[in-house]
Amino acid sequence: MSIDGHTPPPFFKRGPAPLARLVFFLTLALLLLVADLRLHMLEPARMAVATVLWPLQKAVMLPVESAGEAGNYFTNLASLQQENTELRQRLLAQANLLLRQAHLDEENRRLRALLEMQERLDVSASVAEILYTARDPFVRRIIIGRGLTHEVAEGQAVIDDLGVIGQVTRVFPLTSEVTLLTDKNQSIPVQVQRNGLRAVLAGAGSGAMELKFLPANADVQPDDILVTSGLDGIYLAGLPVAKVSSIDRDNSFSFARIECTPLAGVERHGQVMLLGKRKAPPIPDEPTEIAKKSAKGRKIANRPK
Amino acid sequence: MIQPIHSSRRILLPARSWFIYFSLAVALTLNLIPFGRLPGIPDWLALTLAFWCIHQPLKVGMGAGFFFGVVMDVANGSVMGQHALAYVLLAFAAGGLSRRILWFPLGQQALQIWPMLLSVQVVMVLVRMITGAEFPGVLYFLSSFVAVLLWHPLNYVLLLPQYRPAERDDNRPI
Repeated sequence: MSIDGHTPPPFFKRGPAPLARLVFFLTLALLLLVADLRLHMLEPARMAVATVLWPLQKAVMLPVESAGEAGNYFTNLASLQQENTELRQRLLAQANLLLRQAHLDEENRRLRALLEMQERLDVSASVAEILYTARDPFVRRIIIGRGLTHEVAEGQAVIDDLGVIGQVTRVFPLTSEVTLLTDKNQSIPVQVQRNGLRAVLAGAGSGAMELKFLPANADVQPDDILVTSGLDGIYLAGLPVAKVSSIDRDNSFSFARIECTPLAGVERHGQVMLLGKRKAPPIPDEPTEIAKKSAKGRKIANRPK
Repeated sequence: MIQPIHSSRRILLPARSWFIYFSLAVALTLNLIPFGRLPGIPDWLALTLAFWCIHQPLKVGMGAGFFFGVVMDVANGSVMGQHALAYVLLAFAAGGLSRRILWFPLGQQALQIWPMLLSVQVVMVLVRMITGAEFPGVLYFLSSFVAVLLWHPLNYVLLLPQYRPAERDDNRPI
């Protein structure tokens, strides 16, 4: 109780009660969570804070980078020479395909024109360096050193010399985040190279991948190579993705459990290639027409557009 | 009276606000070092935040926890609000228990800090698992153990400016 002009001494002035403050901040944090996860509203704010933090992050990366470089410095001559020989041999082995590539491309284009098929699209590509693995232990992401200033866009496919690594999921001014194929929320349409069987490959956690929704009697064998089918309009068709490692055909489940291991060095460091954005093929709108037919009768469905 | 712990007779200089925020910024910087998926890297920010919430509950509290949590979310590339939620809970617990914890010697303090740091990790795992992320493995929880081992040295480092004598004495031997 205070009398006019006699306020109580401020010894115990601590603002609102701790519990009230806790409820306030918890509500704020939960709102942030919902806004980010469900509404995806916070990307501009995230980019702003990330840009401010970037110099700090760059500075912190220096000791880690220099440690790696010191390691490289002491790599001895013999191992470099060996690597050099191996690379020459690989180049020679691929020369057969590479030298005829232009010829085959031209032939393919002419044949496609003859058959009146859609032309295959060429995509641009640029090389980027993997900076580090994201610190968030719940996802499998890497950070690469190319961003908005290098015209990287969300959704670009990322490959290395052995196959597909993942997809760009978030772009910052100077860096971008690539979600690896082994991430639990990442999936990629593939087909079995041997017989063209199409399926969806999804990350299964802990570095493995799983072929989803294939019946127990599907024609898949161990050591089958899976390549991209190109149906999603993001990945080019025919890029190697994974190898089938084990198949569990349990009749009590309707789907086979098919585990795969990635072919590319998904969890290793080095350089990657960013494939340019591809235009997705138009999606046929048959299902909606059928829905309309059943819902509103024939007249509306047959009306000319 | 500011003492290193309540049962101590030593009286310290008052803590300076700029040093508190400087130490939190340094902890944030340490958190930014890209160790990748190496297990057992302590969460420096959570540890430093718990320290100041216990030693200076009037200066550092849930507001600072929320702010640094959001910054950490961006830096880590995790879901916005994940660290903020966990750090606010940590600041609440540490601030509420500060009067009790400071009566114990440092070793026993660490025993009481550990459940707080572990619950920070549990909260983050729960938030991410509910939203469909994969379980990071049991080794993920190793980092709170490592952090607790650092409680003892951290006490000396962060209280160092307050250990200085009140009057400057040029003829003092050390």
